[in-house]
Amino acid sequence: MIHTISLGTHVLAQGTFIRKLGDGRIEIDTGGQRLAGTPVAGPLSAPRSGSPLRRLMSAPRWKGGLFAALSAIPLAFAAATAPRAQEASEILNVSYDPTREFYRQYNTLFRDWWASQGHEEVTLRQSHGGSGGQARSVIDGLEATVVTLALSADISAIAERTGKIPADWQTRLPHNSSPYTSTIVFLVRDGNPKAIADWDDLTRDDVQVITPNPKTSGGARWNFMAAWAWALKEHDGDEQAARDYMTALFHNVPVLDTGARGATNTFTQRGIGDVLLAWENEAFLALAEQGDAAFDIVVPSVSVLAEPPVTLVDGNIRSDAQRAAAEAYLTHLYSPEAQALALRNFYRAWDTSAASEEDISRFPAVERLSIDAFGGWALVQPTFFGDGGVFDQIYEGQ
Amino acid sequence: MRAGYLSAPSPLPGFGLSFGITISILSITVLLPIAALVGHGLGIGAADLWEVISARRIRAALALSFRAALAASVFNLVFGLALAWALVRYRFWGRRLIDAAIDLPFALPTAVAGIALTALYAPSGVFGQLLSPLGIQIAYTETGIWLALIFIGLPFVVRTVQPVIEEIDREVEEASATLGARRTYTLRRVILPMLTPALLTGFALALARSFGEYGSVIFIAGNLPFQTEIAPLLIVIRLEEYNYDAATAIGLAMLLISFAMLLTINAIQIWSRRRIGNV
Repeated sequence: MIHTISLGTHVLAQGTFIRKLGDGRIEIDTGGQRLAGTPVAGPLSAPRSGSPLRRLMSAPRWKGGLFAALSAIPLAFAAATAPRAQEASEILNVSYDPTREFYRQYNTLFRDWWASQGHEEVTLRQSHGGSGGQARSVIDGLEATVVTLALSADISAIAERTGKIPADWQTRLPHNSSPYTSTIVFLVRDGNPKAIADWDDLTRDDVQVITPNPKTSGGARWNFMAAWAWALKEHDGDEQAARDYMTALFHNVPVLDTGARGATNTFTQRGIGDVLLAWENEAFLALAEQGDAAFDIVVPSVSVLAEPPVTLVDGNIRSDAQRAAAEAYLTHLYSPEAQALALRNFYRAWDTSAASEEDISRFPAVERLSIDAFGGWALVQPTFFGDGGVFDQIYEGQ
Repeated sequence: MRAGYLSAPSPLPGFGLSFGITISILSITVLLPIAALVGHGLGIGAADLWEVISARRIRAALALSFRAALAASVFNLVFGLALAWALVRYRFWGRRLIDAAIDLPFALPTAVAGIALTALYAPSGVFGQLLSPLGIQIAYTETGIWLALIFIGLPFVVRTVQPVIEEIDREVEEASATLGARRTYTLRRVILPMLTPALLTGFALALARSFGEYGSVIFIAGNLPFQTEIAPLLIVIRLEEYNYDAATAIGLAMLLISFAMLLTINAIQIWSRRRIGNV
């Protein structure tokens, strides 16, 4: 039976009913694409504001881009039905370090789901490395189909330098194109022997802090901005005081690894430092791998809303079939199953409808400031991490 | 060089073919990348290049890279000579095993070497645990960088000196002894002069190699600006900032320094040959 659902103020989708999601929404199959939304009864009515979907998709940004993307997908499928049989699709997902485990599982999930929709099988390949280095590889010609990097500045760099991605890429998918988010937390030794509770403890003389180099690591830039967010709040917006805090903080850093995984290893394997500033998902992963007995997670009072975005590299798309598969690969990240998978891999995903209670309740409440509070990455990147920026000044001044 | 020297028929056949192959391979693998670097550098302009290189942080990194490479290579010069001497002159159990192990730094990925050294010398490592109560820290300090560079530079000295030691006629030493020279005198005035050219070559190779080393050092150095940040890391950092010009400038500076080092060592070689005669 065909149902009509509304995805926002202006977007409707039609398809076969699959199931009820339990929160008033239903899931439908539009012929290759599973969508969830509020069912529309009779004439078009705007969805209730504050419904889960309104929260899921912020309307103003989403209108243009997602409308085009979503409506294009079923069309593309219809058009691609005939030649698809001959064209083997391949998707190369160029990602950053800590997503290795998540995307390995997601690829299996997507491959099965894609096949169950009656499509030609796709070959999925993934590549991992430091976020900045991965972006540079794509700029230098790596044929990425989709990029899933640590921060939007890296994807914007690709857009700016190659033109293979449109400038407004971040409005193409919901939530700033971030299907999952994370934050920055402290990983401390078992029992928290140095009694580290919040950011101000990190500048104590007896505390050594491990964080990677923000110049080479995307995760480290989130670390830096989380500390900056706290310092600015603590000192009522006094920038000089925040700079002094950052200088004192980096004075306590004995090793600057080039990547987030390297820093995690320095802390967990080499036993250096008292506290590791880490992605929340990396911290949980370290706990899972090393056993709960070795480390504790400390959640600071203020942190950042870390949004690792995803997008299609339009300039590298070779065929309609490939585009359809790649777009589905990204939009399916927002499906309840994929969101549950992200939650299981310690990412804070948006849709908890298919996740287990254990995976949802794991995340402690924390005030997460958006990077937009500091002007967005377009401003933050050059001001803080560019040549001669705030980070360089910390060391130049010593 | 006389005009038409290259095209002059050589008494040996196959000159054209072998010369052609040599030049093609050399161009593709060595000359073109360096020319690209220099070409990009020329496009930047001398003033901008100098501005990048003369920054305090770049100078500190270049100085550190040079200092550590020099220290490691001098160590390798002495230790490598002793090692090569022992391997050639003495027969002992496990000699072949040690001889084979010398090549390991060539074969092992440098990253593996760096990680292994860090694991051993970090405060929680096997050696680090013994040293840290004494207040000695090796990993994440400049000493750690020396250690990594010693590791990768050692085979260069050993492998260039070893064949020369094998070639030394025992009769020369015996003649020296029968003429009344003491052992140290024979070593100093007879053996060492014969080994000097090979030693200098090995030293130059080790120095040039360790000056530009990245893979192994990056793991054991703390990578702190002004303290343990090596010049190749700064190139990577500049690339991360998409600042290709600054990266080129540092690359060119390193190329020039390497070139100057090799030139100096060659000059010393020529000078020593003149002084002690061509051996």
